[in-house]
Amino acid sequence: MPSPEMPPEKEINMKQLIVFIKKEFLQVFRDKQTLLMLFGLPIAQIVLFGFALSNEVKGSKIVITDYSKDAVTTRIIGKITASQYFTVEQSLQNADQLQAAFRKGTIKMAVVFPANFAEDLARTGKASVEIIADASDPNEGTTVANYMTQIINDYNLELDSIAGQPLQIVPDILNLYNPQLSGPPNFVPGVMALVLMLVCTMMTSVAIVKEKELGTMEILLVSPFKTLYIIIAKLTPNLLISIVNFFIIILLSSVFLDLQVKGSLLLLTFCSILFILTSLSIGLLLSIYSSTQQGAMMGALMGMMLPTMLLTGFLFPIDNMPLALQWLANIVPSRWYFIIVKNVMLKGLGFASIWKETLILLGMCVILFGISLQKFKIRLQ
Amino acid sequence: MPPVITTEKLSKQFGPFKAVNELTFQVEKGEIFGFLGANGAGKTTAMRMLCGLLAPSSGKASVAGFDVYTQPNQIKRKIGYMSQKFSLYGDLTVSENIRFYSGIYGMSRQQIRQKTPELLEELQLQQEAKTLVADLPLGWKQKLAFSVSIAHDPDIVFLDEPTSGVDPVTRRQFWELIYHAAEKGVTVFVTTHYMDEAEYCNRVSIMVDGVIAALDTPAHLKQQHGGESMEDVFYALARNATRKGD
Repeated sequence: MPSPEMPPEKEINMKQLIVFIKKEFLQVFRDKQTLLMLFGLPIAQIVLFGFALSNEVKGSKIVITDYSKDAVTTRIIGKITASQYFTVEQSLQNADQLQAAFRKGTIKMAVVFPANFAEDLARTGKASVEIIADASDPNEGTTVANYMTQIINDYNLELDSIAGQPLQIVPDILNLYNPQLSGPPNFVPGVMALVLMLVCTMMTSVAIVKEKELGTMEILLVSPFKTLYIIIAKLTPNLLISIVNFFIIILLSSVFLDLQVKGSLLLLTFCSILFILTSLSIGLLLSIYSSTQQGAMMGALMGMMLPTMLLTGFLFPIDNMPLALQWLANIVPSRWYFIIVKNVMLKGLGFASIWKETLILLGMCVILFGISLQKFKIRLQ
Repeated sequence: MPPVITTEKLSKQFGPFKAVNELTFQVEKGEIFGFLGANGAGKTTAMRMLCGLLAPSSGKASVAGFDVYTQPNQIKRKIGYMSQKFSLYGDLTVSENIRFYSGIYGMSRQQIRQKTPELLEELQLQQEAKTLVADLPLGWKQKLAFSVSIAHDPDIVFLDEPTSGVDPVTRRQFWELIYHAAEKGVTVFVTTHYMDEAEYCNRVSIMVDGVIAALDTPAHLKQQHGGESMEDVFYALARNATRKGD
């Protein structure tokens, strides 16, 4: 029984919590180095992925095989040659030579105009050109094929205006080595998943392990302050900082990469908070198993950064991975968050398209937080 | 007046290992109670049980009138604790540390505002209120840590080797603070490695292999064991220990 002059316990608890959260913020804002890293990381990532690692491919070596050699094919070849995206190699005449060139990797694409191309076009209003792309690197493969399609489509429009009737050249794309290409990669959703995951796990685990190392955790445990409150107080600043980071990324990509949120910003924010909470729980879990700040940092980097980069699907399409890795990717939270961001931000789809992913993320969040809460209490006794 | 700490056959067992074996003792209010023992003798385990950090395996114990099994939260409100590791935040200022630790014990903002200058004055740290704790000399940090641990006016303060690594002059000053607290009625429960400090205590208990081998005033202990100093007494008792320190 508390002595009579003490205020009711609930009120004390709330006050204690506020005192603790204030202290956490004080410490975060006093540590300029960490602060710089926290907010520098998303900016650096966006610049790095958005500009330096842009997926624009210039000067790809290609081969043009023209079996028709008429006025139309000559015009199109002229356009292709003029494009900065392609460097046209000398003509290879037969299929075997083509194959060998692809194998050696000396060419990225072959464009084949069948015989009687202009005749077909004039007679039937339709002709097809075969585009064969090296898709062993799926991102480069699609990009190069898309450039070619673009050039041919431009020419189509030109033809229409000249002929006054719809004439159509149909690009017939064949992706060598990797027929099922995933869509054009967009790095922003991936960067978002990566930055939020890293910042949350690293900050949380380091912040808690630091108290263990200092010996202050023991003092906190002897105090009447509740364990759950220690966790809440530790997570609150990280949650807020991560939300700020999220908006920084949205703003940066909108201003510098001309990539706006097509769908509902509210929905995206909600899902992002869910993802942030999941990542915070992982950070909590990491802090339980590491006893030094370096250990926690390494755990966050090695344990989270690699799986997030490799198994999220933004650098390497998951569909092309071995089955075992595809299964493994399913337990990586960022994989689901990545799909959500792609659908809401890039495609402008609503909740109906992401309810499954949201539910999975929610499940992961609840389970991870539950486990870490349980372990945290046991471990500290 | 009832004793502030009472234990009866208090034991803690980790698997087959009896870390603490049937401790029975009492500590009176305002007493400075020394808790001695070699490493691994069970001091820390016993202290953790009394602080409500560890559940006992068997036996009875009450601290500040509350039962360690059923009322650990009430106990936590009534005690202060200072560990051998330095336990203030180096990246917070002196007054921020005071505010934080008083705050998590549920002191109101007004109480804290009243308490802070008093505390700083006692330590003669008024000039350093806005200094980061990391920039203070070690001796000052330890004294500050002690004052912070009793800022919420606990009934009992547990000190776990509070002076390890501190120079003799500062240790003396530290003990002056302890005496001052005891005069105000705070019970001090202190573990130490320094035998000269054991002489400063009102009563001393010496633990060997999980049991209390001796418990009395330093004067009586020296008489009983025929030693010149507490060092002789401790050596006479602890040399028969079978447990190796870690």
